[in-house]
Amino acid sequence: MPEVLKAPLVVEFPFTRSLGPVQSAFLTGLRERVVLGVRTADGRTLVPPVEYDPVTSEEIGELVEVAATGTVTTWAWNHDPRRGQPLDRPFAWVLVRLDGADTALLHALDAPGGADSVHTGMRVRVRWAEERTGAVTDIACFEPYDGATAELTGSEGRFEDLVTGIVAPARLDYTYSPGRAQTAYIQSLAERRVIGERCPSCRKVYVPPRGACPTCGVATSERVEVGPRGTVTTFCIVNIKAKNLDIEVPYVYAHIALDGADLALHGRIGGIPYDQVRMGLRVEPVWSDGGGHPDHYRPTGEPDADYDTYKELV
Amino acid sequence: MPAPRPLRDIAVVAFAQTDHRRTSDELSEVEMLMPVLHRVLAQTGLKTSDIGFTCSGSTDYLAGRAFSFTMALDGVGAWPPISESHVEMDGAWALYEAWTKLLTGDADTALVYAYGKSSPGSVRDVLTRQLDPYYVAPLWPDSVALAALQAQALIDAGDTDEPALAAVATRSRTSATGNSHAQLRGSVPQGDYAVRPLRTGDCPPIGDGAAAVILAAGERARELCERPAWIRGIDHRIEAHGLGVRDLTDSPSTRLAAERAGLFERPVDTAELHAPFSSQEVVLRKALRLDGSVDVNPSGGALAANPIMAAGLIRIGEAADRIRRGDSDRALAHATSGPCLQQNLVAVLEGEPR
Ligand SMILES: [Zn+2]
Repeated sequence: MPEVLKAPLVVEFPFTRSLGPVQSAFLTGLRERVVLGVRTADGRTLVPPVEYDPVTSEEIGELVEVAATGTVTTWAWNHDPRRGQPLDRPFAWVLVRLDGADTALLHALDAPGGADSVHTGMRVRVRWAEERTGAVTDIACFEPYDGATAELTGSEGRFEDLVTGIVAPARLDYTYSPGRAQTAYIQSLAERRVIGERCPSCRKVYVPPRGACPTCGVATSERVEVGPRGTVTTFCIVNIKAKNLDIEVPYVYAHIALDGADLALHGRIGGIPYDQVRMGLRVEPVWSDGGGHPDHYRPTGEPDADYDTYKELV
Repeated sequence: MPAPRPLRDIAVVAFAQTDHRRTSDELSEVEMLMPVLHRVLAQTGLKTSDIGFTCSGSTDYLAGRAFSFTMALDGVGAWPPISESHVEMDGAWALYEAWTKLLTGDADTALVYAYGKSSPGSVRDVLTRQLDPYYVAPLWPDSVALAALQAQALIDAGDTDEPALAAVATRSRTSATGNSHAQLRGSVPQGDYAVRPLRTGDCPPIGDGAAAVILAAGERARELCERPAWIRGIDHRIEAHGLGVRDLTDSPSTRLAAERAGLFERPVDTAELHAPFSSQEVVLRKALRLDGSVDVNPSGGALAANPIMAAGLIRIGEAADRIRRGDSDRALAHATSGPCLQQNLVAVLEGEPR
């Protein structure tokens, strides 16, 4: 068996989220170097603040300021920081109960003294980021601190120009491997051939093969070359130009049953005015340079296929 | 308060799993899953068309592709149409959904499966995407870091220490020598710190794998299996999202789920705990009041094989297999999800008296 294909796959998106009144006040506060908590009906102060009491599920919204100093309630030494984490040198993850709060906030502690300088119960204070935008990263990190409790600013949580949303970028890196069946399919395309796989039970030929027959739930493995010619079983006319796609609209996107296949695959139809494409049209692939899927399919000039020959595949 | 008795007797009658491996790039998800589905069906002689309800657990974030579970459906034989559902969670929660479906009487049998291929991505980074997106996820704290915070809290509370954690890891992987499916077996070095206080040996292996279970109700279960593993109770509970709100040394959600599943009514002889980190076993033993008389993770547990999204379902399957083989009369199975044991499911399984 040829080596299974692999390729890098990056999934990256900016996660845009709106904030409710409590989160909005908290994150705006961070921008202004003020740490706010929220008071529950039984008098506890939650930092970071939430809109609903985690015990009673009552809606809460009374903002109270807490100090920018606090105590480590637990910690973990991260000697090898990963992408996106608050510091790019060894640091401690910490849960910090800020002075005046009853719950703890997760963040990073910059501890130049190393792991042995960190312990539960140690005193720390907020180190503010130089540029602040209204995000949890406006706290750059915590740092060791042996002074008195920090003074409050006197803020009541009312600000001009509230932060009402955050954009949280997310990026995950993968190495995609399509598995045995699809590897063989992609490799055949490079040779300008199309292969499918036949189900040992119902004898249907699947293109592209995915390694299983969805009707029988068994592995497909017998390779079958199909096409290259096929029949348009159904189609639509695309009128909206896709971003980064260099194809003039309108164009036709069709389901094409390749000769010998029991499943239609999809492709663009070219070489014919868009309003003359029809069900039953006989087409053949026009290969692009450098392997991969056909660029599009064009009419072969044969008479149209009889509906009965492809009606099971529509 | 005694747990309410289920409306119908429902049992695990079959269980199958893959060998769990670090990578399986030659296989797509459906190629990895299908042999397991065939094996679990073969144990009962059922065909896909005989199954009343199908439910699966998996997550798109492992594959990096939207609706990846629809591809895996090909392996079930989903045409002509079947009654099917999916949870973006561990398969233990898919089993819970299937159990409620059987309780309604709409179906007598259910196929539950779960799979995860962790090898294409970086699990530590992937799991950050399940965290609170406002206050926590922007800091990218990875799953090992969060478990390490919990471990340090336990050490500070005097509940464990590093040698005790190492002993949990060693015991698990020694037990796994009897489990041919496990990924890490026998002597595994405790290693360097991953995130202190957790060492590599305290962390689960990262790997690919799948599992499947068949449930059946009442007489149907007796027809399909010589000694069905009856689900006497099953419940799942969740704790506050904010890590700093919780006492990380305890798991009240596990205790409450166990109480509602009837765990504390009579002792169990076996416990399959989904504790991916050695420190989490310490928390769970306390919450579930397990003493030395209980055989904990005879399969090796998640420290020996932790295919994400299947590892919890495997706990139920392993516990059920002990009953079906006659090695256990009353067993507990536990599954977890989220950081630091945020969500917990507990099932109590029993064999009929012999
Ligand atoms: Zn078939």
